[in-house]
Amino acid sequence: MPEPLLEVRGLSKSFGALRATDEVLLDVLEGETHAIIGPNGAGKTTLISQLAGDLRPDAGRIRFAGEDITVLDAATRSRRGFARSFQITSVYRDFTALDNVALAVQAHAGHSFRFWRPARSDAELRAPARAVLEQVGLGARADVPAANLAHGEQRQLEIAMAIATRPRLLLLDEPVAGMGAEESQRMVRLLTGLKGRETMILVEHDMDAVFTLADRISVLVYGRIIATGTAAEIRANPEVRAAYLGED
Amino acid sequence: MRFGRRRIALIALVLLLAAAPPVAVLVGQPFYVDLLRRVMIFAIAAVSLDLILGYGGMVSFGHAAYLGVGAYAVTILAVYGVNDGLLQWAVAIGAAMLLALAIGAISVRTSGIYFIMITLAFTQMLYYLGISLDVYGGDNGMRLPMRSQFGGLIDLGNGTQFYYLVLGLLVLVVLLVRRLAGSRFGMVIRAAKSNEARTRAIGLSPYRYRLAAFVIAGGICGLAGALLINHTAYLTPDIMHWTRSGDILFMVILGGIGSTVGPVFGALVLLVLENALSNWTEHWQIILGPLLVLVVLFARRGLASLLWRGEEDA
Repeated sequence: MPEPLLEVRGLSKSFGALRATDEVLLDVLEGETHAIIGPNGAGKTTLISQLAGDLRPDAGRIRFAGEDITVLDAATRSRRGFARSFQITSVYRDFTALDNVALAVQAHAGHSFRFWRPARSDAELRAPARAVLEQVGLGARADVPAANLAHGEQRQLEIAMAIATRPRLLLLDEPVAGMGAEESQRMVRLLTGLKGRETMILVEHDMDAVFTLADRISVLVYGRIIATGTAAEIRANPEVRAAYLGED
Repeated sequence: MRFGRRRIALIALVLLLAAAPPVAVLVGQPFYVDLLRRVMIFAIAAVSLDLILGYGGMVSFGHAAYLGVGAYAVTILAVYGVNDGLLQWAVAIGAAMLLALAIGAISVRTSGIYFIMITLAFTQMLYYLGISLDVYGGDNGMRLPMRSQFGGLIDLGNGTQFYYLVLGLLVLVVLLVRRLAGSRFGMVIRAAKSNEARTRAIGLSPYRYRLAAFVIAGGICGLAGALLINHTAYLTPDIMHWTRSGDILFMVILGGIGSTVGPVFGALVLLVLENALSNWTEHWQIILGPLLVLVVLFARRGLASLLWRGEEDA
């Protein structure tokens, strides 16, 4: 069996007496879409922060593409190919959609100590950025300031920024959160299009989206992964039903 | 190249400034040439602050430090008989950049009120250092022994020549800062100002870029210091007083942060008003203060938002 792209072992993080992340073990295989689900307060946000490099774990380690990245910061992880979207939409609101994506391209095109050529007319940045915007369905909205995009479009823009870094792994934090039915369907279609081409970790509340998209699902309850398996296995798992699905 | 309102405002201002000396002579008010030269020197300092404040989000409350270092560098060299202008000004810029590197290395890691306080504290330290330097005039200050020399090419003793040199440098600095702001480098510091977490998440570590911007701004302000000491021909530590930092900050806010050309208008309005009001009453700050509050309240993006609606043309 090949080494997983992302390998998390014994990851733990406490806040005072609360064990928010408790000996988490997680493998994400190259090419798969791996969903992480769990009830509110299960520690999803804490886990994501540690995966993305915003929070240092107390114990355990994270290996990514064969290297230990446990102590690397978020920017370095991104440069190694670890991209993310945020639960609460995070874009450059006063920049246009194209500017947003061009910045993500720029971040992965060597250093930015380039003081002279105008970045906004730099085809090396604009052309790939435009292509990614087309890919996520925002081609026609390229010149609109991000602040003026609809909520769903801003979420698409986040995905575009993540893809534009040409990542090896996409960490998507509740991509359909706060969306209407139609917007949410559009996002699921977009992610379905990426499935198989990109390796994705999908942290999501929306069970329809999870069961549509995920190859495998890990269930997080009180900071622990209590089960990992296919959608069918997870549905059938009595522990999961008791802890989680039963509540709905 | 599109002729946006901002560009038109800049061209109009440059033409007016270029026409000022002959007009002032014509109407028998040569004093105004002096005032406008001072305005333009401070405008250079304000535009350099706008690079880090407007585009980089770094509210430096210590920009007078670089003005001071530039002025001290020129004066100290002159005291030891080094009067070559190019060398003096290069040293002024270099010393200001080194100082900015030292202050920036510590302060740029912080943000908000901490950044303001650290930059202020460093500048106060330099201010008191200036007071204690008795060899170079201490508290009372000293005359600049001789203005910077440019081998007969430009004579700074000639008010008009000096005036047009400052105008030329101001235009260069405005164009340079605009260019920087639109480059890849500029996009990084603007992105980090707009959304730091997002910037890290796409793989950019803002610190080095912010520090570089801080150093560049320091260097430009060092040049302004070299110009200012040639303008006043009298060095005092007051050049680094915290109220001076406040003045420069106000020029930027009044003119419109992140607009490059706005701070030039900010410097013009602030210094001309200060001059006019202080001729009229010694309590001129009572009038100037509320005026500035009104501008900040009703024109969020300063004069730039009134003159060209803050529109970008890059």
